[in-house]
Amino acid sequence: MRITVRLFARLRDIAGAAELGRDVAPDATIGSVWRQLVSEFPDLGDYERSISSAVNADYARMDQKVRDGDEVAFLPPVSGG
Amino acid sequence: MTPLLAIGLAPLELEPLMAAVTRRPADGRGADGAVAVFLGLVRNHNAGRSVSYLVYEAYEPLALRSFERISAEVTAKWSGVRLALHHRTGRLEIGEASVAIAVSSAHRADAFSACRYTIERVKQIAPIWKREFFEGGDVWIEGATADPDDEVARAKAERAACA
Repeated sequence: MRITVRLFARLRDIAGAAELGRDVAPDATIGSVWRQLVSEFPDLGDYERSISSAVNADYARMDQKVRDGDEVAFLPPVSGG
Repeated sequence: MTPLLAIGLAPLELEPLMAAVTRRPADGRGADGAVAVFLGLVRNHNAGRSVSYLVYEAYEPLALRSFERISAEVTAKWSGVRLALHHRTGRLEIGEASVAIAVSSAHRADAFSACRYTIERVKQIAPIWKREFFEGGDVWIEGATADPDDEVARAKAERAACA
């Protein structure tokens, strides 16, 4: 199945793209999508313990399963205000 | 009409937010005794650096959902308050407002507390990032790991708000 990955702030700089289309296994979770990205862009590994994630613009846990067509977002620590 | 919750490129103004929170349905008109407002500004210095300007980026649909969540938390904790919260994105110069908050309430204590709570929660859970451009370089500012269900963080925001 195919998903869209959204990356923000420094994560976007590291990957060199704000949006990536990726093929993932049918049993993929947000966590497995993240690990796939880290193997592609090793510098993302620095964020292992500090990222948040969202699916279709809703906060979600790393063990949540992803579905075909989902938009999976990875968020570095936030700094609004 | 000014929406209560918004994020985008437009410059921020407090007056429309104050009007929005005091515009009550007919049966509640005149019940407010206080409006507390907060404006966050771009400062010319940070961590010993001389700041030139900031660029804000957001995951806008999730930011709006986070604002809705904060608004729900506020009204659950302080009944009868009304909250308006706008955040700006894009390039902001020194002295410009990045965030504007207005809270109306029957009494000042609730208005002040809810206003402070709101800015603390924005900093904790809104998917917004600032990139600081300073003399000699630039850096993404990274604060809190956003987790709306983190009760420790929420309790910290309540303490800051003297709630």
